[in-house]
Amino acid sequence: MSLDRDDVRKIAFLARIKIEDAELEPLADELNSIIGWVEQLGEVNTDGVQPMTSVAEMLTPQRPDQVTDGNVTQKVLANAPDRVKDFYAVPKVLD
Amino acid sequence: MGKLNDLTLAEARDGLAAGDFSAAELTEDCITAMEAARNLNAFITETPEIARKRAATSDARRARGEALGALDGIPIAVKDLFCTTGTLTSAASHILDGFTPTYESTVSQNLINAGAVMLGKTNLDEFAMGSANITSYYGNVKNPWVGPNGEDLVPGGSSGGSVTAVAANICPGSIGTDTGGSIRQPASLCGVVGMKPTYGRCSRWGTVAFASSLDQAGPFARTVRDNALMLEGMAGHDPKDSTSAPIDVPNFEAAIGGDLKGLTVGIPEEYTLDGMPEEIQALWDQGAAWMREVGAEIKPVSLPHTKYALPAYYIVAPAEASSNLARYDGVRYGLRVEGATLDEMYENTRGSGFGAEVRRRVMIGTYVLSAGYYDAYYVKAQQVRTIILNEFNTVFEDVDVLLTPTAPNAAFPIGAKMDDPVAMYLNDVFTVPANMAGLPGISVPAGLDKSGLPLGLQVVAKPFDEETMFRAADALERAANFTAKPRYLGGQ
Repeated sequence: MSLDRDDVRKIAFLARIKIEDAELEPLADELNSIIGWVEQLGEVNTDGVQPMTSVAEMLTPQRPDQVTDGNVTQKVLANAPDRVKDFYAVPKVLD
Repeated sequence: MGKLNDLTLAEARDGLAAGDFSAAELTEDCITAMEAARNLNAFITETPEIARKRAATSDARRARGEALGALDGIPIAVKDLFCTTGTLTSAASHILDGFTPTYESTVSQNLINAGAVMLGKTNLDEFAMGSANITSYYGNVKNPWVGPNGEDLVPGGSSGGSVTAVAANICPGSIGTDTGGSIRQPASLCGVVGMKPTYGRCSRWGTVAFASSLDQAGPFARTVRDNALMLEGMAGHDPKDSTSAPIDVPNFEAAIGGDLKGLTVGIPEEYTLDGMPEEIQALWDQGAAWMREVGAEIKPVSLPHTKYALPAYYIVAPAEASSNLARYDGVRYGLRVEGATLDEMYENTRGSGFGAEVRRRVMIGTYVLSAGYYDAYYVKAQQVRTIILNEFNTVFEDVDVLLTPTAPNAAFPIGAKMDDPVAMYLNDVFTVPANMAGLPGISVPAGLDKSGLPLGLQVVAKPFDEETMFRAADALERAANFTAKPRYLGGQ
């Protein structure tokens, strides 16, 4: 499997990262070199092996369903690049 | 007496307890050292005002007879990946421009509660992605050691600033994070002690996430004893992190100081690499001999799938990174680059906010998780990870710890290994398996290569058996008696 310019363009859009046209080719080469290298995993027989979901042998902890935090609107918004009153402001999404 | 910043953590603790000097005096010497070392670029943000305030609080506490434990009044440096209330937290990325958390990470809060004094936030590879601290938006960090012709060397990475702060005697201890070797590899390249705890030993809450199933916080220090003291201050169960282990923190310092009678040390044969410098193999053999001399039984073991740990890591870690870094969208904090539409704003923000290495990894992660490729790459890598964990479990039925080299090379010049991403990734070939299996590992400076640069040996232990890891590392440290100094401190 080898990625071409169009594949890279599509992946970049999925990742929402702007890539200039001139960067597509070199990036395809870099990504292909990494993917070509990880494909050596194909040599490993993984028939019947469970994929790992957690390294730690522990159960998901449970806690009482209680509110322990909140009412920190100003802290939450403190780093907003743009805001209107107590809301984040972003470019118009709908016409 | 020399400057107080030259003391080890244990020496500083004892001096403070004896009243030989105050935390304020100790801190002032460390601030002076930090300012004098600016050419190393170890710090992104210096916080001398916070340090002086915490030192004064510590002295007042001690004067009232209420001194806390070993870390009370001890200056430390904090990797700029830990959120710190009121202080810029950048992850060395342009995309977090101006981000000033309104909360404190659990690990740095634990250290505050223990009385530690934060000197500043240290430089790192962007989002902790790198092995040479050359991907930071804030510039490269210089290793206090220099090459044979006086050339600048990388300190390793990603925790390049935290390791440099300790290696240049700016402070006795610092904290970093280790996702694939980001504490142990720089420790090896800079001649200090660095360790990654068992996954779950330190809370990940409030630490900027890279790959959540692999990330662990851990300490740097100049001795194994100091490292143990640091870990004790950082670790502990945290209900805010569901993967934090609900177990008590032992007295790690109590584990060290003895011989290795009754201990079995495994030597995994697969850690011999083609083309590895001879002196690394020789040092590894020497390390085993030192441990045998103090009573350990040395046993060859086999971990056949070792070579697949690194390629599996380069699927799992980018996959998790692409998910974790999806949060940087220009809406709620950090950089925003406007666009005509919301999608364009996302693309412009992330296109200019992320550096080349981060972009590469996010795109690899996006690809291996995308429809049609998920089973071939991501599921396959997680199956390989299961095999690697099972192999460690089997070996640990016969041995107590493993001894390996930490890194396949010493520090290299800034600019080397830049042409091919995979060449850089190979720096973590000996450290990544412990992350994949969640095991604790520590790097101890053990010798010099033929250019006079430090080389580390790694001790890996069973989950939550950091005590045995520290015990073995301490014996190794005493046998190696590593006293060489970097050029920055007048050595070489």
